[in-house]
Amino acid sequence: MTDVLMPALSPTMEEGTLAKWHVKVGDKVVSGDVIAEIETDKATMEVEAVDDGIVEAILVPEGTEEVKVNTPIARLSGEGAVPAAQPVAAPVAAVAAPVLAPPVVIAAAPVEASLEGKTLVKVTLRDALRDAMAEEMRRDDSVFLMGEEVAQYQGAYKVSRDLLQEFGDRRVIDTPITEHGFAGLGVGAAMAGLKPIVEFMTWNFGMQAIDHIINSAAKTLYMSGGQIRCSIVFRGPNGAAARVGAQHSQDYSAWYAQIPGLKVIAPYDAADAKGLLKAAIRDPNPVVFLEHEMLYGQEFEVPDDPDWVVPIGKARIHRQGRDVTLTAHSRMVGLALKAAEILAAEGIEAEVIDLRTLRPLDHETIIESVRKTNRLVTCEEGWGPMGVGAEVIARVLEHAFDDLDAPPVRVCQKDVPMPYAANLEALSLPNVEDIVAAAKAVCYR
Amino acid sequence: MARGQAKPAAGKKSSVPGPTGTREEMLAYYRQMLLIRRFEERAGQLYGMGLIGGFCHLYIGQEAIAVGVQSIKKPGDQVITGYRDHGHMLACGMDPREVMAELTGREGGSSKGKGGSMHMFSTAADFYGGHGIVGAQVSLGTGLALANKYKANGNVAFTYFGDGAANQGQVYESFNMAELWDLPVVYVIENNQYAMGTSIERASSETHLHKRGHSFRIPGEEVDGMDVMAVKVAAAKAAEHARSGKGPYILEMKTYRYRGHSMSDPQKYRTREEIEEVRKNRDPIEHLQDVLEANGWADEAALKAIDAEVKAIVADAAEFARTSPEPDPSELYTDVYLEVAQ
Repeated sequence: MTDVLMPALSPTMEEGTLAKWHVKVGDKVVSGDVIAEIETDKATMEVEAVDDGIVEAILVPEGTEEVKVNTPIARLSGEGAVPAAQPVAAPVAAVAAPVLAPPVVIAAAPVEASLEGKTLVKVTLRDALRDAMAEEMRRDDSVFLMGEEVAQYQGAYKVSRDLLQEFGDRRVIDTPITEHGFAGLGVGAAMAGLKPIVEFMTWNFGMQAIDHIINSAAKTLYMSGGQIRCSIVFRGPNGAAARVGAQHSQDYSAWYAQIPGLKVIAPYDAADAKGLLKAAIRDPNPVVFLEHEMLYGQEFEVPDDPDWVVPIGKARIHRQGRDVTLTAHSRMVGLALKAAEILAAEGIEAEVIDLRTLRPLDHETIIESVRKTNRLVTCEEGWGPMGVGAEVIARVLEHAFDDLDAPPVRVCQKDVPMPYAANLEALSLPNVEDIVAAAKAVCYR
Repeated sequence: MARGQAKPAAGKKSSVPGPTGTREEMLAYYRQMLLIRRFEERAGQLYGMGLIGGFCHLYIGQEAIAVGVQSIKKPGDQVITGYRDHGHMLACGMDPREVMAELTGREGGSSKGKGGSMHMFSTAADFYGGHGIVGAQVSLGTGLALANKYKANGNVAFTYFGDGAANQGQVYESFNMAELWDLPVVYVIENNQYAMGTSIERASSETHLHKRGHSFRIPGEEVDGMDVMAVKVAAAKAAEHARSGKGPYILEMKTYRYRGHSMSDPQKYRTREEIEEVRKNRDPIEHLQDVLEANGWADEAALKAIDAEVKAIVADAAEFARTSPEPDPSELYTDVYLEVAQ
């Protein structure tokens, strides 16, 4: 004997009208037969039998309104009827138990990589990134690079120079211009255990692939209960470029830094870029690696060490200071350092923190600094609203509100698409003078 | 405007074709297809009882495809599909308990209750999901094939998608790269005639989806997706093509879903008669039953015994899915990141 229950036909349905019976007492039904029609405020839908059997009783006559979901509406008996699972309230696992605080995202405490005692060589940011990829490809055959013009052309920005010659076309793969597709292929290959580096010629084009970065790469470990891994690096130039207009000149830092499941890195100098890219390639999680075109040709000191790896999730204090904290990432670190020099000449000692990693964000280092300086200016190339600076300030307010002697200030791009005209472009972008002015403002100078 | 009609052929098959396997194999296909059918009926019931939430897309009517393709899979070959995925998981050999418990969002589910109907996976069964974004699995499946070629492991990625996904741009981006690089992938298009409520004639300028690879030089063929034996023969040929290094192959499986797009679909876009016609004359399970009986391989009693066995498995899965506890609150924060090995 089996009760047929009033079914829910949509996620929100709680009750409905039993409009019509298609069967009567004594009828034989098999699973799949339409036995009744139900009306809701949205639609009329047919109810199919799930079990085989003979209709023994109609419990709710047709025309009855406001029949609650799960009310028995008919009874089946006879051959083939398998008892239906009875509806019960879902067993609730310790609802009263407090939801645990999120564990610190950085599983292993990052060890600070120090330049002290290392032999340093001058390397451009471009070559530091190339060296990082080459070293990791030598170390691990499952690492490969794919993207537009990465192989025969040697990279649109020459970041992959000489890689094809060393590793061949199995591991350095020129793709068609098809970001959505090749990002998806990269994620699929990562799910199968490889460690792809997917280069976007710029992150502006990566927007075509954002679904795979977020929905496929970032979420699948969670959705699979920890089964499906996706060790992949998406990298390329991000942020402002020179005189290319609104569609080729945008900072995506805040976009990706919001997504749980991703790690997001935006280095400034070549030592960090190399060490962090190596860490990103070795990381078992999907990593968004934001480079900066305007820094590619700039030379920095880099340790002459194939094992130079910078831990993800740790900010770097580039300059010590007691009067005001300046946070920045990527190209803005250089501007903040210049601003600090100008400020020093005027008697204001700025502490410059390079965030380096945006997710997980090392807010401890920022808060420790603000506890000392009591003043904060955030610097970013992207737009202010809902931005990286907004997040930095929110964390400082949460953890060090009482330590602040002035409201924090955001230095950021003006709230407009990037203009083409040289003068308007310069006006729209944050510059050294903006940082100096903001620092003076929070110091009431 | 009605263009190239692509309805399932009407009318009962005039003759029963010869089987394409041994008695044991054919009985196993019958059992697997019946397991999927009964499982999905029960899932629909649990949805109606509020035990399954959100979206729930049933595979009823399309069983011959997942079972037929599975029958020629080699160890290590991968399967990936969209959100109508319960049938593929059962065909891959996943435990009906873990599939049903994932539907009810319980800790015994294959994703510990964190994925749900549209997002299920099993590395043990080489099943790579279960993807909720229409068409995403096509690029991902092509990436699985890229990994197969990279590793030279001889495996094929069976990448399923529907007639709706067949209009997504990334499908063609993937076709292009798959043929360009000779990737071992078989694209299995399950053409069930409706993308949610939009019939293929209303959505597709070329309704013969097996031709969609022509401009990429990918061979394709139309297959009766209601006939497990036809599916098996076609899948074997396509897999051989892909495995031998010749690149991708497209199989357009002509099929039909009996139920709505999801559970909350009032199905105003087609008639009850249209559904009944397919159920009566082209049902894949009844068709295989005819073959078994015509060959004297199973009588009514034997088939009833299989039915009883399958029903018991499904009842057990439903009971497990109903009684497995909800995930512990601590699971909220697990599986977001993997730990970095030091």
